[in-house]
Amino acid sequence: MDFLFASIVDGLLLGFVYGIAAMGLTLIWGVMNVINLAHGPIIALGMFGVYLIFTMLGLNPYIGIVLVAVLGLLLGMLIYYVAVHRVINAPHLSTLLATFSINMIIIGLGTAVFSASPRNVDFSLGSITLGPITLLGSRVVAAIASMLITGGLYAFLYKTRQGRYIRAVANNRDAAELMGVPSTQILALSFGLGTMLAAVAGALIATFFPFTILAGGVYELKSFVIGVLGGLGNPVGALFGGLILGVLEGIIPTFMPTTWVPVLEFVLFVLILLVRPQGIFGAKK
Amino acid sequence: MMILQVEGIGKVFGGLQALSDVTFDLPKGQILGLIGPNGAGKTTLFNVINGVYPPNGGRVVFNGEDVTNSKTYHMAHRGLARTHQIVRPLNELSVRENVVVGACFGREGHGLGPAGEIADEVLEFVGLAARSDQLAESLNVGQKKRLEMARALAARPHLLLLDEVLAGLNPSEISGMVEIVHKIRDRDVTIIMIEHVMRAVMNVSDRMIVLDYGQQIAEGTPEEIANDPKVIEAYLGDPKLAERLMRDSDEA
Amino acid sequence: MNGIRKYLGLILALFVVLAMAAWPMIDGKDITREVVFTMLLSVALASSLNILLGYTGYVSFGHVVFFGLGGYVGFYLMAVQDWSLWSAMLAGGLASAVLAFLLGKAILRLRGGYFALATIGINEAVRAFINNFDLFGGPVGMSLNFQVYQNYGGGAREALWMSFYVLIALTLLTVTLSYFVRSSKFGLGLLAIREDEDAAEVMGVIAPNAKTWAYVLSAVFPGILGVLFFFKNGNIEPAPAFRLHLSIEMIVMVMLGGQGTVLGPILGGAGYQRLRGFLLTNPLFKNIQLAVAGVLLLVIVLFVPAGVVGWVRQRFPKLRRVLQ
Repeated sequence: MDFLFASIVDGLLLGFVYGIAAMGLTLIWGVMNVINLAHGPIIALGMFGVYLIFTMLGLNPYIGIVLVAVLGLLLGMLIYYVAVHRVINAPHLSTLLATFSINMIIIGLGTAVFSASPRNVDFSLGSITLGPITLLGSRVVAAIASMLITGGLYAFLYKTRQGRYIRAVANNRDAAELMGVPSTQILALSFGLGTMLAAVAGALIATFFPFTILAGGVYELKSFVIGVLGGLGNPVGALFGGLILGVLEGIIPTFMPTTWVPVLEFVLFVLILLVRPQGIFGAKK
Repeated sequence: MMILQVEGIGKVFGGLQALSDVTFDLPKGQILGLIGPNGAGKTTLFNVINGVYPPNGGRVVFNGEDVTNSKTYHMAHRGLARTHQIVRPLNELSVRENVVVGACFGREGHGLGPAGEIADEVLEFVGLAARSDQLAESLNVGQKKRLEMARALAARPHLLLLDEVLAGLNPSEISGMVEIVHKIRDRDVTIIMIEHVMRAVMNVSDRMIVLDYGQQIAEGTPEEIANDPKVIEAYLGDPKLAERLMRDSDEA
Repeated sequence: MNGIRKYLGLILALFVVLAMAAWPMIDGKDITREVVFTMLLSVALASSLNILLGYTGYVSFGHVVFFGLGGYVGFYLMAVQDWSLWSAMLAGGLASAVLAFLLGKAILRLRGGYFALATIGINEAVRAFINNFDLFGGPVGMSLNFQVYQNYGGGAREALWMSFYVLIALTLLTVTLSYFVRSSKFGLGLLAIREDEDAAEVMGVIAPNAKTWAYVLSAVFPGILGVLFFFKNGNIEPAPAFRLHLSIEMIVMVMLGGQGTVLGPILGGAGYQRLRGFLLTNPLFKNIQLAVAGVLLLVIVLFVPAGVVGWVRQRFPKLRRVLQ
């Protein structure tokens, strides 16, 4: 029983970070109806970002994450202007392929620069014991960071002018343009926020597990599942979806071989798309 | 012989009653004009008849068959064709291919060869024969409207629903289109026309129905409709103004 | 229209395939054969996917699932149940067709990005399942006893050449299928669905059925090809059988050549493989081969979305009859 409880809590903490990653994907979908297929590599870049900052600049990784966030934001805006803007109004296939081409470019360059050998961020925060369970410090800090980030995102979206513009564009781009919202900049900003969340998620994951440039792929797939589960376009849904998935991943291995987890995840994914495509919490539009 | 019978049609969207208790019969060979202010529910009525969505209440009977819950493609096979208010050309296909689609999948279900011949003939009929090989997206609005008509005609329908075919056309284009409508009726096709261009629809229709806020407020010949105070009020919104206009026109 | 002119598009397409196939037969080298094998495989896969992607407009990101599942079913029948390659290929194609039929009924209701995501989910679900499926060897996969190759010409080398000839035949078949779908009434319905599905239905196209058949037709040959590929490979494992990147490459090939045309996937498949081969063997580009391919894809998507053949067709309408 204790073991199950510990698994659930651990899964929950991990789930926060999954939620941040999924939020990045779902935000971009919600604002501009684009599925960012470069999501995985950007998560991996976040991992490498914090790794490099830690090993080369000697900075505390948790401070490094802030830097990674800024870089993630800028990278996303760059990707938007270069690859996405021109095809933003084209059929879905175009944006899917455009973002996928960025995926290929990042992976291609990344493999050349970093090779396939796994890296590790050797920075331990020890562990905390609360009653019957022991929690890893890194997990707890990551969960807290995720909650702060979610709060920050909401504050931004609801209390600032840019945030209002983003919500306007998400709601009805043409109407927003007519009202004077600079939609191109806002779209770029939104894309950047999405990639920022992905990069930050990657940075946090780097404090848990070793990684390679290809590690992002698994989390990208999880983000799809979570995004659909929570409702595409719904950031809160993504967070809760992440928690749900984290808990499921914690529980399932206690009564089934771990190798069955992906099967269940993807069957769940397809089922939701078929039965309730708007997800548990309702998709945007 | 009634080609279409619409009985007590109601349609609700969210909280909005888009149509309530719309009822009329349509004899074969007639041209029925369907008018009303914007948002009155005219296109919604077409969508219900056509099978885009089922009504919340009431029945649609087409050629004696209850088609209330039929899908759009089944309606097409039964001999119902329609044009759309905002034209929907098959952009990357040629003008001819667009019309061939209509001939292939419509009531008569032709193979590609015979469908091609029908397409050529229909394109001649609407005056687009010279543009057969152009891509549909390269046409201007007026031409796209004629393409939409040609596609519908190629299916050799019994009943044709025209949704604002005259919108956005200049006067000479309008006369051209009205002439086409007359020629269509000469080929034994029954027509319902949604229109805002009053002069044209009044001249063309045998009978008219007026919708306002989803309800049928008047039915009759064009003359009757033109003088019906309820109709004038619906368009102008003010009963006193309607009365005054009528008085003024009598005195004039 | 007299006979030959009518089939000009098909004849040109088949000719290009045969020209490629002739190359290793002329110079007799194994290495050439391997290069062309990969090219023809790409052509066949791209042509099949084109039926769903190019003609019907539905983006399947997980199409590799048919290659993998068909491959697994056929491989199992050959390796464990001692079936011949020919029956195994048919079984693989059938398995893929059945999967496509069942899936189609379920997921073709979804539009745009949702459909694409669902296809990815299905590929991953099947892969994860096979990873656990002991009958098919689980994570280790299955291997073919080399003795089997005796039945197909004598030894491994003869079997490889035989596989090559079989692939030529299969490629010609997929291209022919692609042509006949496109020039049929059924194909016209698919194109209408691609352009505007609702308008197509209003005109009488029964979209749900048409899409399902398109999906099935696009899945059959990848299933058969999977069996042949893994037969030649000698073994099969979950990861290479359901490699998501292969699906993406198939899409790139279709787009590069020109989606919605018969000739497009042929040129796209061949061209992409040539480019890839060049990059892999060139010391400068070897490590960043994927990045270069990514840049190429981006350029196509942004500036030449109709692909090579599509672009030519737009610029030179007279050539449309030939470049189908």
